[in-house]
Amino acid sequence: MTYHDKVLKVFGANRREVLVSVGAGGLTLGFSLAGKAQAQDDAVKPLNAYVSVAPNGTVTITAKNPEVGQGVKTMLPMLIAEELDVAWENVRIEQADNDPKAFGRQFAGGSMATPLHWDELRRVGAVARAMLIQAAATAWNCGPGDCTTDTGAVIHKASGKKRTYGSLALACANITPPDPKSLTLKDPKAYRILGKFTPQYDVAKIVNGEPLFGIDVRRPGMLYASIVKAPVFGAKVASADLDAARSVKGVKKAFVIEGDPNGLFPQGMTGQGLLPAVVVVADSWWAARKGRDRLNVKWADHPTAKLSTRGFDEQAAAFNAGTPQRNARNDGDVAAALKASARTVEAAYSYPFISHANLEPQNCTAEFRDGKLEIWAPTQNPEPGRQLTAKTLGLKPEDITIHMIRGGGGFGRRLANDYMVEAAWVAREVGAPVKLLWTREDDMAHDHYRPGGYHFFKGGVDADGALIALQDHFVSFTNNTEGQPSPSAGMAASEFPARFVPNVKYDVSMIPAQIPTGPLRAPGSNALSFVFQSFIDEMAHAASADPLAFQIRLLGTQDTVGEAPARYGAARMRGVLKAVGEMSGWASRGKLPKGEGMGVACYYSHQGYFAEVAHVAVDKDGAVKVRKVWVAADVGSQIINPAGALNQVQGSVLDGVSGALHQAITFENGATVQSNFTDYPLMRIAESFPVEVKFLKTDFPPTGLGEPALPPALPALTNAIFAATGKRIRSLPVTPDMLKA
Amino acid sequence: MAYTLNVNGKALSADVDGDTPLLWVLRDTLGLVGTKYGCGVAACGACTVHVDGQPMRSCQIPVEAVGKSKISTIEGMSKNAVGKRVQAAWMELDVAQCGYCQAGQIMSATALLTQTPRPTDAQIDEAMNGNLCRCATYVRIRAAIKRASGQKEA
Ligand code: FES
Ligand code: FES
Repeated sequence: MTYHDKVLKVFGANRREVLVSVGAGGLTLGFSLAGKAQAQDDAVKPLNAYVSVAPNGTVTITAKNPEVGQGVKTMLPMLIAEELDVAWENVRIEQADNDPKAFGRQFAGGSMATPLHWDELRRVGAVARAMLIQAAATAWNCGPGDCTTDTGAVIHKASGKKRTYGSLALACANITPPDPKSLTLKDPKAYRILGKFTPQYDVAKIVNGEPLFGIDVRRPGMLYASIVKAPVFGAKVASADLDAARSVKGVKKAFVIEGDPNGLFPQGMTGQGLLPAVVVVADSWWAARKGRDRLNVKWADHPTAKLSTRGFDEQAAAFNAGTPQRNARNDGDVAAALKASARTVEAAYSYPFISHANLEPQNCTAEFRDGKLEIWAPTQNPEPGRQLTAKTLGLKPEDITIHMIRGGGGFGRRLANDYMVEAAWVAREVGAPVKLLWTREDDMAHDHYRPGGYHFFKGGVDADGALIALQDHFVSFTNNTEGQPSPSAGMAASEFPARFVPNVKYDVSMIPAQIPTGPLRAPGSNALSFVFQSFIDEMAHAASADPLAFQIRLLGTQDTVGEAPARYGAARMRGVLKAVGEMSGWASRGKLPKGEGMGVACYYSHQGYFAEVAHVAVDKDGAVKVRKVWVAADVGSQIINPAGALNQVQGSVLDGVSGALHQAITFENGATVQSNFTDYPLMRIAESFPVEVKFLKTDFPPTGLGEPALPPALPALTNAIFAATGKRIRSLPVTPDMLKA
Repeated sequence: MAYTLNVNGKALSADVDGDTPLLWVLRDTLGLVGTKYGCGVAACGACTVHVDGQPMRSCQIPVEAVGKSKISTIEGMSKNAVGKRVQAAWMELDVAQCGYCQAGQIMSATALLTQTPRPTDAQIDEAMNGNLCRCATYVRIRAAIKRASGQKEA
């Protein structure tokens, strides 16, 4: 039964719509609750979620958002189940398809699932519970106030009479749902599901190797495709030996996609068009790959074939020597303040492009039949993919169905949908279901990279050790004709410590480079944290101050600074800094042996306040061993699922350190140099370390954890390296050469 | 050419070119998709299977080289006494994030514990270092191996 079978629509009070459908499986309640953000704008799609209760008491909850390892398929249904008051063991979770009419925006990004759904989805559960209570009250001829619930049953308080939800479900069809806003939600002290360590719903499938991921999708009669694109982004196909590919056993088709050489750089981040490519389709992926290896593709000349990382470095240095293109912020008088400073520091920082490197390479399965397209996609962002596919193939969006399949890692890469457009195009061309799978090398050569950047700092502290002047010339990248920063290559004018330092100047210049970029876990923040928090640490040392005390002092005495959306919770950040100092034994770091040190850093992103201390040891060959990282976090009043929350924080910290110690994407002759995990290493288990995490509970609404633990990990690491060695890391990745005794 | 493979105790036949890596025979021909592709160059461990009990990277084994060797995959682990314990620990500690690497991790961990029932941290590092986890669930992987081997977790 689909959600729309036999749906009876009941329109309730303003902006509230409840769908009630009675089918063979029992009752299905569909709630459509207008959230705060939608209150002013009825045109915005409402948020939806669905609950169904079967006669045997099994509750099925639909998970609306794509799952890429952030745990949302488990966490969002927990919100509903808690207020519905059911036993978690009796909950079944179904993954929704892409269906914006029913579910509103469905995406995995920005650590937004918690803040967007915390209130609404609990109310979905509460509405269902209220209806079940009403159904029982009607049957018992009493008022709803005479009843309560206890894990899957309505109880008559006075008599102790009991009716299971399963037995009441059908009767709910006649009940008008209450206004969700009128319901009182549970006191957190009464929570039975929220706050409990809850393993991911799909955990058994994962450990048994059951089909689960995009790459595992199989359709009857399915063929397999391999796609070759130019190493130089957007170069056209000059020639390809299609017949050689076709001569490989199992190969069914080989063809050129003309594509759009400029389709790579549209505005926004809604995905990418189809690039010029050659495709080989076969009855197995290995045969397709073998065919591909015989193509001997020649690529046409392309204007970007001269781009190189060395060239970027030279351009950045030239910008530093000249006048910045643009001023983004100018508070006070930086030049005068620098002159008046007791100590000044000048430092040039840089960080490289890096790749998402999801362990599951990009892939997608598509089937084109009777003018309609069905897609199985491990995407973080299905609806923009549908729109882009429709546009590229000349179809109507409503003729495209997208099933959201678990992705083997997201990290922002799957917010783009280039693989989806390719699979759709190939499936139409071939007239059979096709699974298109990139090689690891394709994946690394055709990422939407985290952009690199350069920062040229000057800073000054006064005689009292206060930071009074900060100047940054940020040299970033632009890949569009408008001269706007490439996606995720910008910086807000409010970037910390602006507003906490009286004299601040932020200048920006931009290197033109047609390289695709995009959001990678904590976009912007994942690099800005390194440069700003390292430079603040430099200023602390210039002031001969304890770096942790210097950070707390810098944050001032106000609770908050600035207005939303750029409001900064200074008190919350001071709170996590103090906590991490206590957890880590910061005060006794002087007792560490020679060659070891501790570094501290903090960063606010995705509505979360994080402070971290790293303890490292550096040997005489310059090898860095991280002994431990402590994390103090303030993400509000409630950790919804400690199992997922802790995993995200620990993973984010290790991920950040992995990048800082190992990763760089470089370019030569317009193409990516790195090709696989051999030259783009990820952290391995022997290098991993314990991460101790403390969540401070505050009165703020809960916020997300997919990203904000990552940014401070990098500068905590590099500040610790300074404490251990006296060597300041100003460019990433950290190499032993930088640290040799 | 037709090959008969012994996979998880069953004789399965595959008509493929002899140079086809075992990984792709398992996934595309035999429909055992639990074994994963991550790199194709023996650098990630996502494709780890047991060949006569030894953990091997199936992306590096041409099917013609398999012969009569016994292949075990993640799909067979629930019938392996050690594998079952490892899986249970993985579930209890909720090791996975995306989960994509975890079949390979469990295959390597099961091989380790079969040979070394109570591994030290150094032995865990050595046995597991070929298995990448992009989500960096290493803290829990280590804890789960300790739990499955009856040792204290931290
Ligand atoms: S796919 Fe075999 S080791 Fe990576
Ligand atoms: S859990 Fe995602 S790669 Fe290991």
